[in-house]
Amino acid sequence: MLKFIIHRFLLMIPTLLGVAVLVFFLLRLMPGDPVATMLLGDGGGANVPQAVIEQERARLGLDRPMHVQFAKWFWSALQGDFGYSMWTGKPVLYEIGIRLELSLQVAVMATILAILLALPLGTLSAVFKDTWIDQSIRVFSIAGLAVPSFWLGMIIILLLLTYFSWIPPLTFTPFLENPRENLSQLIWPALAVGYRYSAVSTRMMRSSILEVLQEDYIRTARAKGVMERLVVARHAMRNAMLPVVTVIGLEFAFLIGGLVVTEQVFNLNGIGKLFVQAVARSDFTMIQGLVLLVSVFFVLINFVIDLMYAFLDPRIRYR
Amino acid sequence: MTTAAPTVSYKVPKRRHPVLLFATQQPLGAGGLVFIFLMAVCAAFAPWVAPHDPLAVDYGAMLSAPSSVYWLGTDSFGRDVFSRIIYGARTALAIGFIASFIGCTLGAVIGVISAYFGGKTDLIIQGIMDVLLSFPIIVLAITVVAILGNNVVLGFDVNLIIAIALPMLPRVERVVRASALALRELPYVDAARAAGYSHARIIFRHIVPNVVAPYLIMLTAFVAQAILAEASLSFLGLGVTEPTPSWGLMLSGSAADFYQQAPWMIVFPGIAISLGVFAFNLFGDSLRDWLDPKIKL
Repeated sequence: MLKFIIHRFLLMIPTLLGVAVLVFFLLRLMPGDPVATMLLGDGGGANVPQAVIEQERARLGLDRPMHVQFAKWFWSALQGDFGYSMWTGKPVLYEIGIRLELSLQVAVMATILAILLALPLGTLSAVFKDTWIDQSIRVFSIAGLAVPSFWLGMIIILLLLTYFSWIPPLTFTPFLENPRENLSQLIWPALAVGYRYSAVSTRMMRSSILEVLQEDYIRTARAKGVMERLVVARHAMRNAMLPVVTVIGLEFAFLIGGLVVTEQVFNLNGIGKLFVQAVARSDFTMIQGLVLLVSVFFVLINFVIDLMYAFLDPRIRYR
Repeated sequence: MTTAAPTVSYKVPKRRHPVLLFATQQPLGAGGLVFIFLMAVCAAFAPWVAPHDPLAVDYGAMLSAPSSVYWLGTDSFGRDVFSRIIYGARTALAIGFIASFIGCTLGAVIGVISAYFGGKTDLIIQGIMDVLLSFPIIVLAITVVAILGNNVVLGFDVNLIIAIALPMLPRVERVVRASALALRELPYVDAARAAGYSHARIIFRHIVPNVVAPYLIMLTAFVAQAILAEASLSFLGLGVTEPTPSWGLMLSGSAADFYQQAPWMIVFPGIAISLGVFAFNLFGDSLRDWLDPKIKL
């Protein structure tokens, strides 16, 4: 097991290095000089002497050769220093840090929501295959794949506005300050993002249970007279969990994507909004830091899933 | 043993047209296909289907509710929402098809090459694909749009198409590579190699025809993804730009300012996106069940 963990861990390193190289050099291809954008504004209306621009470029280290810039950036990134936002002038990590709690909370709430919906719905759908229960759950989950999370968010706001005159609050209330207020604020974006998530997991749970129900040990359990309810709960559900765990992990990527768009709808100042703003302002360092952190996070999640896989199913060993 | 051989009588199944066969075996998928066809017709003949000019601004009819003149109401510029949805289908389908065609075809080609040559080639390609896979789809698309900016050629934003196609590449590549890896070991490929055929001939004549099924399945599935991606990017203001009608764009900007005065501005474009994606998902799912149920996307 330990050997597997180490091997799998080492496999991550080239991927992460590749991610860093790609992120760094891609952003250097970006048209538009960040210094010019910052000093001159979008219209280039302000009158700034060339010398000042040069000085600013030197201060940001943009005048040095590309590979030197990369080495310097990468070395500090390893130490947790992602430089300063080219727009606000504050450290990238600081800007991310103050918004992380919100985005993370929505993500976790959406995941919990998805699991709470997917496990019972997927199981019901499989157990009552081809009945009206199955059909309606399937329609519900196929619809979940089609409805864009940001539109679902808008519809939720529209309904809340019409029936409860609820307006998305302008400020974020941390959970520890006022849990009730916090939850009532974040449950809606979590629902908007979580619907798709639950739909995918429900479908996976259904097909996984259907597969497991064909197994010999299920027949054995039934033959020895175990109640059908227990056959499903103890024998089928547990063994069907594996692919569902994978899907939940893989769909985390979609969750992040959904957050980027949904945060705009609910006016939440989270990581997603920061990302869109950084793109709009050609804030190199901010985009770099964000994309790098998100993909490192994503690679780590896949690592954890692989470990869980090996842990949950002892038959799986790395080659 | 002198008993006569029992005569087995069975009906020889009539050969039917594959489209008909698909329709009878997968009614839901056929429904999806019909809807896709309708959407395509509306998009192609938009000038004749749409009751109004999608760009015509009518300040006298700003934010008017659905009526016999404006079937789905008007937006904050007095533009007809229904006509914009019809024209938006053009944008969605064109970008959806082109982006997923490019993404899936390139992905399939790379997948086949990677599997066929194996060894170092495979290792390097898989390394690159792993890197691309580490970016969430929308994050990668937004980053590409941010880097490349807009570049409209022949009415299509080429960079937007690249941004949507790129995240598909590694995902298609993985599935196709897995199929091709299994094919590589089959005796007929060995035979072709023994006969001294060139790599190109073996790849195109012996391997590619056998990965067409996963390719087609991925293609339909990714059209749905591409429509969603286009809508999301346009919603964020990073995709299609005004005044081009796009479903995502219709939901952004002023739509959110008029939640209560003009809910039709929000409700209908979203239904259009959902139905479009729904139809492709339905068709793609059924196509998978029909062609090769083992493929996991």
